[in-house]
Amino acid sequence: MGKVVVVTSGKGGVGKTTSTAALGAALAQNGEKVVVVDFDVGLRNLDLVMGAERRVVYDLVNVIQGEAKLTQALIRDKRLETLYLLPASQTRDKDNLTAEGVEKVIGALRHVFDWVICDSPAGIERGATLAMRHADVAIVVTNPEVSSVRDSDRIIGLLDSKTLKAENGERMEKHLLLTRYDSLRAERGDMLKVDDVLEILSIPLLGIIPESMDVLRASNVGSPVTLADERSAPALAYFEATRRLRGEDLPVSIPGERRGFFGKFFGRKAA
Amino acid sequence: MNLFRLFSRAQSAPAARERLQVLLAHERAASGDSDLITKLRDEILRAISKHMQIADDKVSVRMERGANVSTLAVDIEIPFDAGRKAA
Repeated sequence: MGKVVVVTSGKGGVGKTTSTAALGAALAQNGEKVVVVDFDVGLRNLDLVMGAERRVVYDLVNVIQGEAKLTQALIRDKRLETLYLLPASQTRDKDNLTAEGVEKVIGALRHVFDWVICDSPAGIERGATLAMRHADVAIVVTNPEVSSVRDSDRIIGLLDSKTLKAENGERMEKHLLLTRYDSLRAERGDMLKVDDVLEILSIPLLGIIPESMDVLRASNVGSPVTLADERSAPALAYFEATRRLRGEDLPVSIPGERRGFFGKFFGRKAA
Repeated sequence: MNLFRLFSRAQSAPAARERLQVLLAHERAASGDSDLITKLRDEILRAISKHMQIADDKVSVRMERGANVSTLAVDIEIPFDAGRKAA
């Protein structure tokens, strides 16, 4: 039986989809069988970030409504043969997701895959609560910024009350993934530090992803950042987070991007 | 000049941290008390009716309970001679 992971945040634009793609690919690069599931019905984007937007035929809603079989809707990644994508619908709205339908699909996927990674939509409504409903593990993606931290706190509350695990009186395993971190600005006192966010949210840290133009560059070409450039700072940070997700006990390193003279000029502009 | 500004400027991260700690302490406590808005509505109407007669059909109370915020709008038509009636 595979593990079901939800990547969630409350706030939009903090890096849920980027992180879903990067962690999913990193796990598959390790030979594990992975499916990434887009729950953002109506505003799908995981297909685009994964570079599979032109191969979408059927989607999650088609499967739930019995218009397509699960095997017809799954898209196999062209680079990694153990990585699959289940896209969201672009034309329907989130009311087409039913609790029973989602339960069926997740149940079937966890039989076949080692990891089922659910990319949650922003917000705290139906789409988001359904994405987290069947999770064994939650990854809370947070930027070191006040509104993102506040929304993450809200999502943590929902994870502890609205999920199957919570309703069964079990403890939901939660991890913090701090993204767009700039150690220089944090050092200067102009950005919340890792310890500040950890103290406020008080859930264990999965990883720190540095602010980097490599992330945008990867999404431009439709490649998870761990595949686009395996040696880049964000890729290394995602690999580290993946090892922790698999249960390894690693000390967390705070990535400080080294910038040369040109890097300072061009790096800033791109960010 | 730029360097001077860089060092003289107050750090903003401690403010962020403090504001969040205060805010979240409130929000975590408040999430259980969903009746607050209802209590407010009743008390506001009681306070007003102490000073004037309000006709039932001239009062509109709109309450919207959202996930993040709730709003309470009380709209009362006050007749010209409202003060005299109460007195």
